[in-house]
Amino acid sequence: MAATFHGVGATVAALSSSSSSSSSSSSSSSSSPSNSFGSKILLSSPSRSFSVRKRASFTMVRSEGSMNFDLNFKGRRAQQLIANAVATKADSSPASSSSKPGHELLLFEALREGLEEEMERDPRVCVMGEDVGHYGGSYKVTKGLATKFGDLRVLDTPIAENSFTGMGIGAAMTGLRPVVEGMNMGFLLLAFNQISNNCGMLHYTSGGQFTIPIVIRGPGGVGRQLGAEHSQRLESYFQSIPGIQMVACSTPYNAKGLMKAAIRSENPVILFEHVLLYNLKERIPDEDYICNLEEAEMVRPGEHVTILTYSRMRYHVMQAAKTLVNKGYDPGVIDIRSLKPFDLYTIGNSVKKTHRVLIVEECMRTGGIGASLIAAITENFDDYLDAPIMCLSSQDVPTPYAGTLEEWTVVQPAQIVAAVEQLCQ
Amino acid sequence: MNSASCAAKISTQPFSLNPTSPASHDRPLVSPKPTSLFLGSTRKLRLSSSSKLNLHRRSGTVVAVSDVVKQKKSKSTHSLLITKEEGLELYEDMILGRAFEDMCAQMYYRGKMFGFVHLYNGQEAVSTGFIKLLKQQDSVVSTYRDHVHALSKGVPARAVMSELFGKTTGCCRGQGGSMHMFSREHNLLGGFAFIGEGIPVATGAAFTSKYKREVLKEADCDHVTLAFFGDGTCNNGQFFECLNMAALWKLPIVFVVENNLWAIGMSHLRATSDPQIYKKGPAFGMPGIHVDGMDVLKVREVAKEAIGRARRGEGPTLVECETYRFRGHSLADPDELRDPAEKAHYAARDPITALKKYLIENSLASEADLKAIDKKIDEVVEDAVEFADESPVPSQSQLLENVFADPKGFGIGPDGRYRCEDPKFTEGTAHV
Repeated sequence: MAATFHGVGATVAALSSSSSSSSSSSSSSSSSPSNSFGSKILLSSPSRSFSVRKRASFTMVRSEGSMNFDLNFKGRRAQQLIANAVATKADSSPASSSSKPGHELLLFEALREGLEEEMERDPRVCVMGEDVGHYGGSYKVTKGLATKFGDLRVLDTPIAENSFTGMGIGAAMTGLRPVVEGMNMGFLLLAFNQISNNCGMLHYTSGGQFTIPIVIRGPGGVGRQLGAEHSQRLESYFQSIPGIQMVACSTPYNAKGLMKAAIRSENPVILFEHVLLYNLKERIPDEDYICNLEEAEMVRPGEHVTILTYSRMRYHVMQAAKTLVNKGYDPGVIDIRSLKPFDLYTIGNSVKKTHRVLIVEECMRTGGIGASLIAAITENFDDYLDAPIMCLSSQDVPTPYAGTLEEWTVVQPAQIVAAVEQLCQ
Repeated sequence: MNSASCAAKISTQPFSLNPTSPASHDRPLVSPKPTSLFLGSTRKLRLSSSSKLNLHRRSGTVVAVSDVVKQKKSKSTHSLLITKEEGLELYEDMILGRAFEDMCAQMYYRGKMFGFVHLYNGQEAVSTGFIKLLKQQDSVVSTYRDHVHALSKGVPARAVMSELFGKTTGCCRGQGGSMHMFSREHNLLGGFAFIGEGIPVATGAAFTSKYKREVLKEADCDHVTLAFFGDGTCNNGQFFECLNMAALWKLPIVFVVENNLWAIGMSHLRATSDPQIYKKGPAFGMPGIHVDGMDVLKVREVAKEAIGRARRGEGPTLVECETYRFRGHSLADPDELRDPAEKAHYAARDPITALKKYLIENSLASEADLKAIDKKIDEVVEDAVEFADESPVPSQSQLLENVFADPKGFGIGPDGRYRCEDPKFTEGTAHV
């Protein structure tokens, strides 16, 4: 039953194969956009939405990231669920799918598109990192950009993270808007000096004289047997640094939106991508849009429990949600997206409705984002909780190489199902 | 001796104690310019008279540094290194640095400033020699020993003193302190507490200059960045990484090493396998120059060439200034480790005394002129103290400002409003 969702890696593989082939009996048009894995929403309506698995139901959900940000609370648009439910492949006619607006792409392409659009929009935006130029980025996020914008705007740096991050900071202080790529987020441990002392603190220490509109981005998280050092979750290490914002993207839509918002922001922003999510496919709008850096994304509203997650764990949660719905639960899922600061409004609204919170994250148990989130929710919404907050995190273990061991360090959908069941007793 | 050609040679083939030193001989890094005045001392002074000192220094052949200047004395005025105006400007800047730092010491012991305060006494020639050649749009990056760099760059003494007193009128609103002097107006990019962490920032500022010229097509952008740091920093990775990048991309930057032989209590010779720092420049593809940092005129001549190189787009230069700090590492340092004979040796080479002597002997200024400057500076420094004393301390409302350029970064509170909209935010008491 959970075949489609058995681990993101398998799904990614399945995606690339299922997009071209289809063993679904009801498939008609092969140009269907409906295998966008990242956007599966479980609607507790027709069972036919579950009968076709590979070309399954497709719903696009996005938060209405406002493009003109309006500080006035009343003006702020509430999170909306757009349900373009294409129930099954069988029903959708080629006409309706081709009249869909937007264009389809993979998450790494969405990142590239966002970056490219911002570079076109503002000549001060530049990229620095290892292999971002001629090589096109080790995950192809910057492919083609060096040819288009030149070697100085898409700068191939030597392997010196601390120094080129510092260089990005110095460039930001003097008027540029650099995007620094860590080939793997883990490598940014070498840049901790610059990120903590200079990136985060210089605006304050200089009395507000220098702004540092830098974006630091890169893939992190547990991949497929990449070993301990390439499987790190740096969001937990960076979260205490004052003066920075941290966001994590999880879908092509929010990847592009967050990339653009981060580049336009005057604050230093760290954008966490995930190694296993780069090949997610989704249809995104043609028009210019950004995702608000400080807002969380309502993935699935629900009544029984609020599940808070981000990045890759969103997909494990959605897979577990499928099972839970079958079992009669109505889980609410929020992709918190903004790791620092937390969007306590969106989170709080859901907590007030469900009174039960489950956090599912990929960070280690100790000192992770979940730990901070528990503290924040307890502090602010204690009155609304019917049960203690549960947090499922990765084991405090250096990620082992062996596939089986690796699987046990990370939260799996079955554990999420069990946790919700326990929470809802 | 023909010091010019001697110096031009040295920058490509740094004089080596070890004849087997590598690649630096292989390719010419600076095409010898017979007319350039590299009057910097290119070799270290060794005092054979003091055997104690020999223990502290590597031995090496010598050119008597002051000989070069002495020769000039006998020539006619238009071969002097500076004009009267320039001379007085240099003198005033160095006196300001010295008087200010002396006042800092007084104020510290009177409890007006706290924490770690690192004074620059004795090293004035480096700051004045370099920074007085810069334009306002050029950038300077320093370390925690940054008061005098700030003053030379044009930050008013009042603003620096207020910052040291932690007052809201300080150049960083009291939020930086002694080790974090910043000025957007004067392009002083800090003030860094960790050694080495300012060098990449300087490299970034130089990168911006190149980017402006080549990508943004601001054809006349020739801004130069100076990075000042010490001998201890030259063993740090960021130093080497930035030498590489700056040379690789020909960034308009000058790396100025203020080699005062001591990193707190660690002698440079005990910490460094090859203590001749200037030799490390050619290893990365840039000229490495050694200059007597106690002689402002020599520093200035070397600085002219290095800054000129950078402005013309020829790339970075590494300049090692042999200098000395007359006081301890910081006001908390009892300074018991350094040999009194060494201190005496350098005290005799006080850059201010040397310049004064030069000005008077070359009839560029009279005693009266110089005394007038001394008096003027005393008044400036006293005024700075008064101003700082009378300035207000920061109120709590300042606490949360400036954490983010865009205060939306504090996020959305439970009530749906941005935290920065909370009235307590401006009071500094908001929960963020």
